[in-house]
Amino acid sequence: MKRAPTHSYPGINLGERHASADKAAEVVTFGFWVFLMSDLVYFGLMFAIYITMIDAQAGGPGPHELFDLKSIFAQTLILLTSSLTVGLAMLALKYNLPRGRIVLWFGVTLVLGISFLVLEVRDFMAMAEKGGIPQRSGFLSAFFGLVPLHGLHVAAGCLWLIVLGIQLRVKGMTDVVISRVVRLALFWHFLDLIWIGIITIVYFGGLTYG
Amino acid sequence: MDKRSEMHRRERRRYVIGYGGSLLLTLTTFAVAYLFGIETPGVYLTIGLLGLAQLVLQLVYFLHIDRRRSSREDLHLVLFSTMVLLIMILGTIWVLGNLAMRMHMHVM
Repeated sequence: MKRAPTHSYPGINLGERHASADKAAEVVTFGFWVFLMSDLVYFGLMFAIYITMIDAQAGGPGPHELFDLKSIFAQTLILLTSSLTVGLAMLALKYNLPRGRIVLWFGVTLVLGISFLVLEVRDFMAMAEKGGIPQRSGFLSAFFGLVPLHGLHVAAGCLWLIVLGIQLRVKGMTDVVISRVVRLALFWHFLDLIWIGIITIVYFGGLTYG
Repeated sequence: MDKRSEMHRRERRRYVIGYGGSLLLTLTTFAVAYLFGIETPGVYLTIGLLGLAQLVLQLVYFLHIDRRRSSREDLHLVLFSTMVLLIMILGTIWVLGNLAMRMHMHVM
């Protein structure tokens, strides 16, 4: 298969200026896509379990008592915006913009990621107060198997963001560090995709069929 | 304006379009839920389709998956994973739904 020189691997490409980084990134980026897809299978099965468990509430609190759509709405907007800012951080790096710009977008993404987690944990605590704990019913076990799994991924993404921020500072914009930022951006966009599944299936699906 | 900053502008526009589109779809989803209630399957179908549209939009504009030759291997990977996933998800729902029906558990 003949490939266009400007776009040599799937996803975000670094372009001519970072040609050496691009070559090194090609193989690992494809490998990272394979990881993302296997992670998708994991999430998909948690979704399947949730769907089969929607009615298994065992007389415990259900979606209507437990879900707070306003908070979900806020979380959705925060995560979506962070998906934009991580992309802008990536572009700032790709086009060699001043370091301040890169740090700015990294910082905004990190703040948004942490805000998302704070809201989510507050939701879980509010649910627990109403008796919505994982061991209460099959429905709640499935819920707490799936949604906090996504939250855990976001937390890992935040940690990754911090580590990369430090690496950018200590090592500078080396090829290896740049290709890591490419993968972080992919990971972050992927988490936003999973979140769309969560609001559609877990929250709206739960409220419709639960 | 040189070629690089022109390319930068174009790429940034892609992200902004993806963000604007996703924002619009998100707002529509919540507006539909708010205005029509979330009880009926018809409303849920609408919400599901809006979610699907947003998935495709973000795959194209954020993750740069499209039918261009250079990203086609990746499209294959995504499509194959989706197929495996659909077999497992639909299979799970089918088998467990059938079990529930035969055991009179009133699930689904």
